[in-house]
Amino acid sequence: MTGRAQLKPVTPRNDELTEAKRLELYRLQVEIRDCEQRAYDLFLQGLVKGTSHLSLGQEAVAAGFAGAMEKGDLSFCTYRGHAHTLARGVPMEKVLGELMQRDNGLMRGKGGSMHLTSVDHGVMGSYAIIGAHLPIACGAAWRAQYKGQKDVSVCFFGDGTTNIGAFHEALNFAAVWKLPVIFVCENNLYMEYTPIGEVTAVEHPAADRAGAYGLERIVIDGNDADEVFRAARAAFDKARAGGGPSLIECMTYRYSGHSRADPAKYRPAGELEDWMKRDPIQLYRGRLLAAGIGEGAVKAIEQDSKRKVDAATEACKAAPASPADILATDVYADGGWTWRN
Amino acid sequence: MAELTYRDAVARGIAQEMSRDPDVVFLGEDVAKAGGVFKATVGLLEQFGPQRVRDTPISEQAILGAAMGAAMTGLKPIAEIMFSDFLAVCFDYIANEIPKSRYMSNGQVKCPLVVRTGNGAGSRFGAQHSQSVENWAMMIPGLKVVAPSTPKDVIGLMAAAVRDPDPVIFFEHKSLYATKGDVPDGEIVDRLGTAKIVRPGKDATVLALALMVPRALAAAETLAKEHGIDVEVIDVRSLVPLDLATILGSVARTHRLFTVEENPRLCGWGAELASIAADEAFYDLDGPVVRITTPHIPLPAADNLEDLALPNAPRIVDKIRRSLNA
Repeated sequence: MTGRAQLKPVTPRNDELTEAKRLELYRLQVEIRDCEQRAYDLFLQGLVKGTSHLSLGQEAVAAGFAGAMEKGDLSFCTYRGHAHTLARGVPMEKVLGELMQRDNGLMRGKGGSMHLTSVDHGVMGSYAIIGAHLPIACGAAWRAQYKGQKDVSVCFFGDGTTNIGAFHEALNFAAVWKLPVIFVCENNLYMEYTPIGEVTAVEHPAADRAGAYGLERIVIDGNDADEVFRAARAAFDKARAGGGPSLIECMTYRYSGHSRADPAKYRPAGELEDWMKRDPIQLYRGRLLAAGIGEGAVKAIEQDSKRKVDAATEACKAAPASPADILATDVYADGGWTWRN
Repeated sequence: MAELTYRDAVARGIAQEMSRDPDVVFLGEDVAKAGGVFKATVGLLEQFGPQRVRDTPISEQAILGAAMGAAMTGLKPIAEIMFSDFLAVCFDYIANEIPKSRYMSNGQVKCPLVVRTGNGAGSRFGAQHSQSVENWAMMIPGLKVVAPSTPKDVIGLMAAAVRDPDPVIFFEHKSLYATKGDVPDGEIVDRLGTAKIVRPGKDATVLALALMVPRALAAAETLAKEHGIDVEVIDVRSLVPLDLATILGSVARTHRLFTVEENPRLCGWGAELASIAADEAFYDLDGPVVRITTPHIPLPAADNLEDLALPNAPRIVDKIRRSLNA
């Protein structure tokens, strides 16, 4: 496999998705794109520190799933988690503040880019050890099942995750216990720097393993927010009805390198350009206009997003650094770090 | 008051907490229908049902990950890792996930859970089912670590661990499961972070944990009877939090400090205590801190070799006697 997936053509449709939902999905994608692009720019200015893993090009997955979630549903993300955090409604300032390691960040600079967490928004954490959060999402789903609560846990991860043990342990565990959890593989064709096809025994690293756990094989166009939304909604319905877990492989593409350190020179010539022709946001914009949604509404979303990211950037630049007095807080439940008397 | 085995105390301790709080759930390999490979959880499935007492696949990462996710969202899970050596299989959860989530999230994420695990040597199981690994847990910020030595402490510390808002690694010693002790009737709730002076003495302080406690006590009797040495034996019980008030208070009275450790020598728990004593009790000490440990080796299977490796009463007696020039 060369890493290039077959993708369905995106065509305008008038169907059961309402105009309001479509505008919401568009807004989410635009805001994620603008915020991620700003994060990249702030790197270059030396204002975002540490590392960062962007979702530029993958916005439709985050938007489609978040658009299908109910309040109370739980998101478990990876280090490439800015998009999913924003998609749940976490303000840009809180995300950029954390990336810039300021006191106004989501975790006041104690977590950083790879660990975005906002429990109030259902973002139960971003996990930077590959695969670790799949079992954790199972546990949250177990709690819902045990307590008779209707929320669903959604676990996002990349194609590289499908080759680590925790992925397989979690899928089996979730299937055997019939847990209300959705596993979402964002297949962006590369595990870090290596094409996923070179290191995986099957063509579709997630979906082709589904059968081993008694799950349906689902591969969707991850650059089409409507298709993501529909697949997500079906999985949520199944989970809430007690039908157990789903595994959904979303074909997409990462415009940037793996992390800030990676210029992505390993990509074949023309691959990036080919995928940019299928840019999820441009395609979706075209669909909105073709469906008769006025350009004014579309432009309003775009202008509003720019305003939001500008305001967030300024607020973060003005925010103080993380204060020294939080260095050793919240190690233990008493708020401190005391290990002795 | 009733005499109970350490093994039965595990089930009683868990049952006490499950009866009290419906959010307490229990999962692990062979823990439900089989009652545990050490038979320490017999009867729990029958008493609390299959929704609360759950057998899992052989998936240590799934066990601890699921316990964590459940704890983060409102349950109080008790997870069993059958042999403590297997903590290495799921060490990401022990080292990176469970203990760091509260800090990384600036206090948003909570992980009130208990990981109980069969620790230590004496069963002739060989190197991968016998090691004493309490020091693996002690070194990780965010965890609490206990290792009871008596049936009563099993129940009381289990209750304290389940009720604690932080994650607790609960080391049960496999060679203590068959031992017996008096246990009061009714609810027993102990406190984490408390050491216990189990034999008062004036000539030296001897710190011990789990299986090493009865061995230190046996050594103390020999030292008293045969050598006129009166040592104070402290059951450390809780490595994190560490009860230094009790430990250093004892050193201030006895002026000598010994540790009896089952873990391999390098970076064993006693090394930290020796360091603390050097820092904070230097002028109380009349001689060097002496650590009596398992040598820095993987454990052998053969009974005579395993017995040679672990500290035992004669070795403890000999080391203390020679160190005190008695």
